[in-house]
Order: sequence, then structure tokens, then C-alpha cells
Amino acid sequence: MSDTTETVAATNRGLMIPLIVFLLLVVVLYLGFSLKDPHILPSELINKPFPVFELRDLHQPGQMLTREDLLGEVALVNVWATWCPNCVVEHPELLRISREENIPLYGINYNDEIDKALAWLARRQDPYRFSIVDDEGTLAIDLGVYGAPETFVLDSEGVIRYRHVGPVTPDVWRNEIQPVVELVRQVSSARGSEVATSG
Amino acid sequence: MVRFMTSLMLMVCLLPSARAAIDAYPFPDEQHEVRYQSLIAELRCPNCLNTNLAGSDAMIAEHLRREVHRMLLEGKSDDEILSFMYERYGDFILYEPRLKTGTLMLWFGPLVLGLLAGFVFLRMVRRRAVSRALTAEEQQRLESLLQEKGQ
Repeated sequence: MSDTTETVAATNRGLMIPLIVFLLLVVVLYLGFSLKDPHILPSELINKPFPVFELRDLHQPGQMLTREDLLGEVALVNVWATWCPNCVVEHPELLRISREENIPLYGINYNDEIDKALAWLARRQDPYRFSIVDDEGTLAIDLGVYGAPETFVLDSEGVIRYRHVGPVTPDVWRNEIQPVVELVRQVSSARGSEVATSG
Repeated sequence: MVRFMTSLMLMVCLLPSARAAIDAYPFPDEQHEVRYQSLIAELRCPNCLNTNLAGSDAMIAEHLRREVHRMLLEGKSDDEILSFMYERYGDFILYEPRLKTGTLMLWFGPLVLGLLAGFVFLRMVRRRAVSRALTAEEQQRLESLLQEKGQ
């Protein structure tokens, strides 16, 4: 009799194993499929220097822009195009940031036509200090960009500290980008004073 | 007729993907061409969830094919080209992910699971194979059953 109960108990324990494995699988798949948007690729460029480039200025075709033009203070670099519907979505927020927030905003006009891009900015107003013409997408490739819009936060030395894929909505600004900007500023100023005292 | 029209429309819809990667890049020799084809087949389009560069119409895929072509003509090795892509787009872009801490599960997970399954299977088989001897009572019943059958 006790033999039978033991066997039954063992069988029950055996039955538990597939159940546990199944539950583990559910958890893993849930995490894998729901929490991460598979369309958003993790960036390889975080904490790496912004790529070197030499490209035209959208507004002054004779003028070449380089990486040096982005340095000096914590800055935002926004990849945009006239063919990109989400760039229209984020445009009002970019305009607001350029007016109200004390941070330079630079544009990369990605795989676009200059006439169209200028008309687009004229119609919607221009939030950018300047826009870099990346008509062949070479700078975008160096940045690991695969669509638009994308927004990068650079520290004052031109190191990429953050990347946001998709439109910058007021929510994204408040909860993602602004905190990063403030953190980067704090770190930079701490490092700056360290250099000052040691020097 | 309706069925014919439906299949025709389906075919038309599927056409763009079929003629996706015909950019007609010139190559100095066939070897470069072959390498180009194999590279764009093993690189994944960053904008698409499951299409390689060869099969994608996306703008970024077109640009990356151009870059592959450019680097091939510059004399870069396959490894250098794959590294160029990897440094910019990460694990996602390689259909054959690199071996590192983050991809250990991917590389060896199936092997571990297979070994585990084999182990469990063996144990189950062995457990079933162990049979105890019949008691005298059971032996008697078996014999009587066999006799019944035999009659």
C-alpha cells in the first residue's frame, strides 16, 4: 500500500517537471516578445565618438560641416527627412525644444532632395541650428541609423551618450531625453572641475 | 475566373520582393560578384525583421548593398566588411551571430536542451525496462490466462 502511494507521489512529481518547464518558457517568451520592440535595435554606438564626416550645409551649399561643428556643449542631433511621416509628428516638439530648452539641436537631412528639404523646413519652420546634407546616407550608416527619425544625445566632446529611435514626443523628451541631457551635463561639469583642480 | 484573378493579383503583389536586389553593380571579376552575393545573403536588413540585404527593397538595404559593393572594390576582406556592419548595427545584422557572452545561449542552448532531452529520455527508457519478478500469485494468474487462450 505504502509502495503504491510512493509511486503515485513520484509520478506527481514527474508531472510537475513539464509544468515548471512550461511556465519558465512562458516567462522567457513573454519577456522576449512583449517587453522589447523587435523593431528597435540596440545601438552599438553608445559611448563611442560621433563619426567623422564632411558634408554640405543644407542652407549654405558652399559650406562644409564636420564633426567639430557639433562639439562644445551637450547637444541633440536629429535625423530627419521629408519622406518620413514621423518627422512631421515630432516637428512641433523639436520646435518647442529649440525655443524653450537651452540645448543646441542639429539636423541630419537623410537621403533627401535639397529643394524638398528646404521647402519642408520653410513650411514648418526650422528648429535646427544647421542641417547636415546626408544625401547618400553615409553618415547615417556610420551612425547605425536604419530609418528616421532618430535622435542622438552628444556630450560636449562629441561622444554619443544616448539614442532614441522614433519620434520625439513631449513624453519622450520629459521621460527619456531630458533626464539623459541633465545627467550628461552633470558628469561633464564634474569632470570639468576635476580637470580644473588637478590642472 | 475569380480564382484566376485572385492568383494573378497575388502574383503581382509578390513581384517586388522577387526583383528586389537587382542593382546591377559592376564587378571586375566573377569572384567579387560571388562574394557580393554571399555577403548580402548573410547580412540582415536592419529595417526588416526577417529579410536579408539581398531580398529587401528598403532604402537602408539599398544603401548597405552599395557600401558592400564599395568595400569589395576597395579590396576589403569579407571579415572587414562584416565587422564594418557589426560595429554599426550590432548582432542584429549578422544572420550568423558572433560568439560572445550574450550569444552563448543562442549557440549552445539547443545543444544543452538536446543533451537534456536525451538524458531524460534514457532515464525514462531505463526505468521502464526495470521490471520486477512476478509474485507466485501473479505467476499463477498468468499461467491460467495463457491456458484459457490456448484452449
